[in-house]
Amino acid sequence: MRIVAPKVNSLQDPPAPVPQPGRTRLAAAVGAATAGVSRRLGRGSGSVIGGRAVLLVDPRALERLSAGRTIALVSGTNGKTTTTSLLAAALGGPGWVDTNLLGANLIPGLVAALAAGSPERPAVLEVDEAWLARVVDATRPQAVALLNLSRDQLDRNNEVRTLANLWRRTFESHPEVTVVANADDPLVVWGAGRAGTVRWVGAGQPWKDDAGGCPQCGGRIDFDDSGSGWRCGDCDLQRPALDVRMEGAEVVWAGGPSVVPELHLPGRANRANAAMALATAEALGTAPSVSAPALGSLREVVGRYAVVDAGGHRARLLLAKNPAGWLEVFDFLGPAPTPVVIAINARIADGRDPSWLWDVPFERLRGRFVVATGERSRDLAVRLHYAEVDHVREPDLARVVAAGRAPDVDVVANYTSFQQLRGLLA
Amino acid sequence: MTVSVGLLFPDLLGTYGDSGNAAVLAARLRWRGHDCEVVTVRSGDPVPTSCDIYVVGGGEDLPQAQAARQLGAGRDDGALQQAVDRGAVVFAVCAGQQIIGRTFSGPDGLPTPGVGLLDCTTVAGEGRRMVGEIVVDPAPDLGLPVLTGYENHAGVTRVGPSALPLGAVRRGWGNGGDSGTDGVRSGKVIGTYLHGPVLARNPALADLLLSWVVGALAPLDDAEIDDLRQERLRTVLAGGAGWRRRLARRRMGRR
Repeated sequence: MRIVAPKVNSLQDPPAPVPQPGRTRLAAAVGAATAGVSRRLGRGSGSVIGGRAVLLVDPRALERLSAGRTIALVSGTNGKTTTTSLLAAALGGPGWVDTNLLGANLIPGLVAALAAGSPERPAVLEVDEAWLARVVDATRPQAVALLNLSRDQLDRNNEVRTLANLWRRTFESHPEVTVVANADDPLVVWGAGRAGTVRWVGAGQPWKDDAGGCPQCGGRIDFDDSGSGWRCGDCDLQRPALDVRMEGAEVVWAGGPSVVPELHLPGRANRANAAMALATAEALGTAPSVSAPALGSLREVVGRYAVVDAGGHRARLLLAKNPAGWLEVFDFLGPAPTPVVIAINARIADGRDPSWLWDVPFERLRGRFVVATGERSRDLAVRLHYAEVDHVREPDLARVVAAGRAPDVDVVANYTSFQQLRGLLA
Repeated sequence: MTVSVGLLFPDLLGTYGDSGNAAVLAARLRWRGHDCEVVTVRSGDPVPTSCDIYVVGGGEDLPQAQAARQLGAGRDDGALQQAVDRGAVVFAVCAGQQIIGRTFSGPDGLPTPGVGLLDCTTVAGEGRRMVGEIVVDPAPDLGLPVLTGYENHAGVTRVGPSALPLGAVRRGWGNGGDSGTDGVRSGKVIGTYLHGPVLARNPALADLLLSWVVGALAPLDDAEIDDLRQERLRTVLAGGAGWRRRLARRRMGRR
């Protein structure tokens, strides 16, 4: 694997500002005004509707707003928002970097983030995995971090294999992009396989059930948990040699530096997100010795991991929206028997089909008390019934933390139920 | 006796939580004092012929074709065929139902031989994917209450003369086309398009399969499941699934 010197501008050497065409400036002003009205009406941050307004005036706004800027994209099924925050922190944090931190990761959200920012600052953008191809075409990023791919929102998403193939074609046609990819996920390796430059990071992927069939030949992928990775039993596809690996708390570059990131977010998944962020920052020209301490500024990510007081109970808010995410969350939970509140909705943004609950090994919660809530709490209650986990169903979100009957409670919610709970508790 | 439940290829056909069907069968046996083992058969493993019940789930085109090959599609001496000849129960969902029929639509879109346990053929549908909540009135001779589930497929299944549908579709698409039915059954082999997983949402159907192996079953406390069933039926039957289906049918030019 070829490792090239970063060809992009570092923070000390910002890209020369490129004047925006009048149409884009006008569009950005319209967007800002619309977002402001939306905010004042109390309809959320207004970033998405602001972005839509910009696009209405200038349909090619994403392309124009990206021109001449240093742009890094973060995509994958899980960990996008956290890794985007970590990468933004690694590159200097607010004031130095523009980003779409509210998880508005479709084109209107990206346009809003860029329109509200400054063309002289680098932008770190979280991108929905199904939209990555179009966004790469439009923004011409310097670096793209690819975290993982697994089943999510099955009622409307393509199967993950289709996405991996789309990624593969995209990076093949953009050899100028440096891809920072999780080498432990066969689908990500397939997606990054034809990129011009790849930094392979051993970021781990505990969830294996979407990658059992080789993306190249359909054969069976054998995973070796001892650390040597994975290989297909039938063809030559295997885990690439690592450029960056995780060793306990350390992030180690092959033949290069090793750093211990200052990390206040819990769990294995966040150590992996930090490794991906540092590797991407390095690909953009920021030395690990500079970026590793900078991650310490982050203690929560849009409410995730925040500990809030709820009527005398300490409630920690966690997000898990699919089976792969849940596998990582089991690792975050407070020690048993800390009770767990689980909130499940099945709105469009969550996926209408909550059958994924049966792919989560909830049997691991035996010995704890679980409060099932959310609009699909009955589906969850049946799942817990069969998992033989002691539980109660409490539809009223305002009462769920107290229903945990303990001073410390972990609250795990999927996408829209997390927004509801955060609004209520934080 | 230990009841053996064969969970076939969850790594190929396990996209929609259907491995939950095996978990439900095992729990409902254990809660009644029966011994039960779930034999998980992964891609590449030999398929045992000795299980009492086999469950197969849903998945996408390429893994579906892989699974069909490993189950002995196109041959009459495959492991699953041998097990059925011995009297085993087979319960197959979605892509699983398609591959145990006579032919299904392969990854190249061409008719591909199936395992042939059910007299049915599946072709790729012409309209949009059939995705959403589904309610099915089971055939009266089965003695089952209404079935609730979630479907997500493009294939349209036609039931042949030597098999029967599982039931009549009240909301959703089921077998699709102009059939108005869901599922295919023949003896102790049942196929359906209902995910959910379907046995979690429909405990009476789970118990029917189990009764074919162990005989009469004591009742269980299914209060939480009844609660879920009522919510789903209330929501779906009151909702707009009916007009969506009619609209989609009109789009497909079938009515």
